Amino acid sequence: MKHLIDIKDLDVEEIDELIKVAKDIIGNPKKYAHKCEAKILATLFFEPSTRTRLSFESAMLRLGGNVLGFSEASSSSVAKGESVADTIRVVGNYSDIIVMRHPKEGAPLVASEKSDVPIINAGDGGHNHPTQTLTDLLTIKCEKGRLDNLTIGLCGDLKFGRTVHSLITAMSRYKNIKFVLISPPELKLPEYVKKEILEKNKMEYIETDDILEYMDKLDILYMTRVQKERFFNEADYVRLKDYYILNKEKLKVAKKDLCIMHPLPRVNEISADVDQDERACYFKQANYGKYIRMALILKMLEEK
Amino acid sequence: MNIDSIKNGYVIDHLKVGKAMEVYELLNLKNLECQVAIITNAKSNKMKKKDIIKIDKLIDIDLAKLAFIDPDVTINIVKNDKIIEKKKLAQPEKIVNVAKCKNPRCITSIERDLDQIFLLTNKENNTYRCKYCEASLKD
Repeated sequence: MKHLIDIKDLDVEEIDELIKVAKDIIGNPKKYAHKCEAKILATLFFEPSTRTRLSFESAMLRLGGNVLGFSEASSSSVAKGESVADTIRVVGNYSDIIVMRHPKEGAPLVASEKSDVPIINAGDGGHNHPTQTLTDLLTIKCEKGRLDNLTIGLCGDLKFGRTVHSLITAMSRYKNIKFVLISPPELKLPEYVKKEILEKNKMEYIETDDILEYMDKLDILYMTRVQKERFFNEADYVRLKDYYILNKEKLKVAKKDLCIMHPLPRVNEISADVDQDERACYFKQANYGKYIRMALILKMLEEK
Repeated sequence: MNIDSIKNGYVIDHLKVGKAMEVYELLNLKNLECQVAIITNAKSNKMKKKDIIKIDKLIDIDLAKLAFIDPDVTINIVKNDKIIEKKKLAQPEKIVNVAKCKNPRCITSIERDLDQIFLLTNKENNTYRCKYCEASLKD
């Protein structure tokens, strides 16, 4: 594998292999502590994302490697008007692998076309965020023990939520996956995702705007934040941001082994009283993110 | 209505109504010095109504562009007053610098010297998506 731009760049076997390595890292961290010595990971964050950047940096440091980079465009040559293509050509000289986040959709693909070192897309606007999806898959595998035969509730912003679109794409390759799509009418899953992924793969799905309607059927409840930066109109954001608030009361009817996930950061959509519930997996999910990124860095640098 | 037949050239037939002007613009037919006839709302047994373009010269036609605008057209090649070939076109898998991505969040809106590339993602409904942001050209 040369670059990871879209979750579809990985086939099921490659994802299985990454999950296997990540689980081995969890069990034997010392074995991997020096695997990337003398290697450099560059984190090019053209828009701020502390969480994803720190997760990648932590992953590389725990593999014994080094990191360099910038965390916002204003502190890079982009502020002087440099193109993505030029930035990548230069940074490729200073690093062995590049992680990139950019507000413009498709920017990592442009970078991959010009780069001699592997590029990992760490989020491009509302488009792709494949390592979040890998994180989600590792979380599901570790918490539920399987990636098939699951009923998954996706709740919140299903229109602009790229994590949701990528997760649906990734899960479409596993057997007997059912989705419950929970969103306000304005933030419903786009038609093209329904047609080109769900219906094309003959996957069962139900749409509702009531978070409680199918709560008792869910194996996984994936909450998402309504993201301010995806709206052109602030009034729409204000009206929709607190549409769903998951709390202890609402979880009373849920299965005992429900797995509650969230890509984080959360705002109000999961109330703090849920944090103590053993079904809350979102902080564990962030930790799984580091492990799957370690596995991915190893794979892309071809370190065994 | 009579329009002269052509001696050597093309008859682009079975264009969907309204597509003739798009073809005229995109294939730069306005720059030709030969006769070009645009017929809209012509009667058709198969389509009820159709557009037709006649070009009175055997010029180089960008078939990919033409198939992108309307994949169902027929091109009749005329030589010495006779139709010597009827061509059906296949939808191009990829079109380059024919249309511009309308997604303001797409990298193509700011990156210098980047081609505007669209890929055919659904043959049945003729959907093209931007190679970079995957926005549909129709949206």
